Amino acid sequence: MIETIKTPDRKIAPKIVDAVNLKLQLKPYKKLTLKNGVDVYTIDAGAEDVMAIEWVFSAGNWYEDQNLVAATANFMLKNGTSTQSAFQVNEHFEYYGSYLNRACHNETATVSLHCLTKHVGELLPAVKELLTDSTMPEEELAVYKQNMKQRLKVSLKKSDFIAGRLIDVYLYGEEHPYGKYSKEEDFDKLDRQQLINFYDQYYRRGKFVMFVAGKLPGNLEPLLNENFGDLGNNAVASKAIVAQPSAEKKFRVTNDKDGVQGSIRIARPFPNRHHPDFLKVQVLNSLFGGFFGSRLMTNIREDKGYTYGIHSFIQNHIHESAWMVSTEAGKDVCEAAITEIYKEMKDLREELVDEEELLLVRNYMMGSILGDLDGPFQIIARWKNIILNGLDENYFYNSISTIKSISAEEIQGLAQKYFNPEDFYELVVV
Amino acid sequence: MIQFEKFTLANGLRVIVHQDTSTPMAVMNIMYDVGARDENPEKTGFAHLFEHLMFGGSINIPNYDEPLQMAGGENNAYTTDDLTNYYIQLPAENLETAFWLESDRMLSLAFSEKSLDVQRKVVVEEFKEHYIAKPYGDVWHKMRDLSYTRHPYRWMTIGKELSHIENVKLAEVKEFFFKFYRPVNAVMVVAGNVTTEKVKALAEKWFGDIPSGEKYKRNVPLEPEQKEGRKLEVKANVPLDALYKCWHIYPRLDRRYYITDLLGDILSGGGSSRLYQSLVKEKQLFSNIECYHFGTADAGLLCIEGKLVKGIKMEDAEAAVETELDKMKNILVAETELQKVKNKTESMMAFEDMSVMSRANSLAYYEILGDASWMNFELEKYASVTTEDILQESRNIFRKENSNTLYYYSGS
Repeated sequence: MIETIKTPDRKIAPKIVDAVNLKLQLKPYKKLTLKNGVDVYTIDAGAEDVMAIEWVFSAGNWYEDQNLVAATANFMLKNGTSTQSAFQVNEHFEYYGSYLNRACHNETATVSLHCLTKHVGELLPAVKELLTDSTMPEEELAVYKQNMKQRLKVSLKKSDFIAGRLIDVYLYGEEHPYGKYSKEEDFDKLDRQQLINFYDQYYRRGKFVMFVAGKLPGNLEPLLNENFGDLGNNAVASKAIVAQPSAEKKFRVTNDKDGVQGSIRIARPFPNRHHPDFLKVQVLNSLFGGFFGSRLMTNIREDKGYTYGIHSFIQNHIHESAWMVSTEAGKDVCEAAITEIYKEMKDLREELVDEEELLLVRNYMMGSILGDLDGPFQIIARWKNIILNGLDENYFYNSISTIKSISAEEIQGLAQKYFNPEDFYELVVV
Repeated sequence: MIQFEKFTLANGLRVIVHQDTSTPMAVMNIMYDVGARDENPEKTGFAHLFEHLMFGGSINIPNYDEPLQMAGGENNAYTTDDLTNYYIQLPAENLETAFWLESDRMLSLAFSEKSLDVQRKVVVEEFKEHYIAKPYGDVWHKMRDLSYTRHPYRWMTIGKELSHIENVKLAEVKEFFFKFYRPVNAVMVVAGNVTTEKVKALAEKWFGDIPSGEKYKRNVPLEPEQKEGRKLEVKANVPLDALYKCWHIYPRLDRRYYITDLLGDILSGGGSSRLYQSLVKEKQLFSNIECYHFGTADAGLLCIEGKLVKGIKMEDAEAAVETELDKMKNILVAETELQKVKNKTESMMAFEDMSVMSRANSLAYYEILGDASWMNFELEKYASVTTEDILQESRNIFRKENSNTLYYYSGS
């Protein structure tokens, strides 16, 4: 029999399986506990011979008494030990083609290692050395201060950098870890002994958890115990710090009189992931400005051409958060763009979203989560977010069921609750 | 070793299938053999603007994004000097949606005035955001213009000037489409949880009847060998002085490309690299310094750029860079140092290959270059580089006559 190929009718979309009907599963982690009680969450998966290990310390800027101490101690971990110079430390990791990174956040500070699995045995003792015997030499600190001050000078020329700092100050106050920012004089004030003390308290003796993912070696547990099973892991007290938001709400700032674009930030305070509205609001946020097909993008980029991109999102914070709209728009159209942003809020307050658009958002979100669970590093990243926020796997499954079941009426209710222009801080930096 | 199967439709569309059943997703990657180097010098930025227009609706489908999002898919695209790439990721069950959408826009766009009008504005804002509003944002406009006299790499992908984008006419958009966006000038990779059998059937069904088009014969002017070093000084409203130097290197398929790539990694790219250790840490002349190249298909540029520590003179900073380059030219690098950058390359490739999307993209890229299977021989090519190669190429590349230098002074 000869099969004839019929020219397809291109006006008709092929049948699809609605992504809301896909069964999404988060691969469970396997948990180990080291001799000192350190929790290690592991995902053994992937085809490539690679792995990643992350050490997460309670050592973010929440714990510092002076600006930049936490970030600098974190950065300097890698800059020399009592037996090795910074150069030797780097050379060792780089010789094995591995990447040793560190990052300081608000609550946590991390060290992470990405390497070929075959080399992990050579690398873990070197990580241990950084976590127990880092010396933070004076000369290294001097170079760091100088270079960071120079980098800051360049950043201060950028309107998006200024806008990012200012909106956080309005939301949380300059004294709050989420609102404070670095100034040149903060770098000058840094003192080596402070860093050593911070390192001693929050790393050497401090509390940490580990996340490990990739194609894991059979002897992972003894390997981790041998290197990290006798580190401090003492409980760390966390201070309560209260946000002090600004009373004034509307700001226009000129950073560069010749600037061609304005950085727009519009934001309101929003609770953390434990709040009952949090997951539902993710759906409203997607609809509003959370993806390419969102209302903000469709109107302000694709219809008006005011900007290259516009997004809304909930800030990724543990204690409390904010809901923010962010865009860079032509200087002459900034006010028009802001008017449109409020107009989109008003539409969501006043009109029910139709089923077709809501289904599109549901499908998009489900497909996006499915795509995002691709590979061991993505899976462990989901788990890390859940664990560090004090949640469990129900959070993942509740988010799926919320996407599937939230109604247009609930979405309108949330818009009426949260999209009131008077609750929003509004900033344009040119 | 990345496994794949390849077939060609009657209209010349090359199709590559890469199966990976560990993922629930499918990826479709379509690469067109056209980039900024194929543009008219009076109409630069066209290939990239065109990429935006590809999302403005096709002949039978008014909106590209909505049906894809409805199918749980995501997509994006990018334009380089050499090529334009479009990619989709979606649940494997909905693979046919990708075939439907991509084949219709390969058949013909809708060519709407409204879309052109809006996307011109969007691209103008993109231009401002990345190249005007940013400190040092104009550096590569100047550096390319200085380094190339004839080859189209002398302009940026975004375009030489805003007016080129603002003046684009719809008739030019049509002409460009039917010249370049034809099956015969494209490579499609379908990867992830798919079978070759199914991809074959879907490819025939959706792409089979698209007219083949004429094979584009690239004839871009060759850059003549540079005979004399060039230098430019500018002053701009930036806080720090910066030094930029670049040298002509080799086409992507030349063996010396691999030597140059490793040579660049020896100079920069980690805390134990030479320029960082000597010039940032020991001599403290720069607050940061990097060496990189653009990986272009035709002969590209190897660049060193750094921001000077306040108070350091440009000439002194440049002399210190030259001292490091002299070492590369006169002393063999240690075997362990070369091994270090080879190891780095090996692990970088392994990390890249973790994602299906990245594998699909690489397969398309090597097929456009000549043969998808070359992807599997990259590591061997790096492994064959010797310390003598590094010495010899350092001598060939880092010649004054081959250099282009930009002193970018702070001030206003």
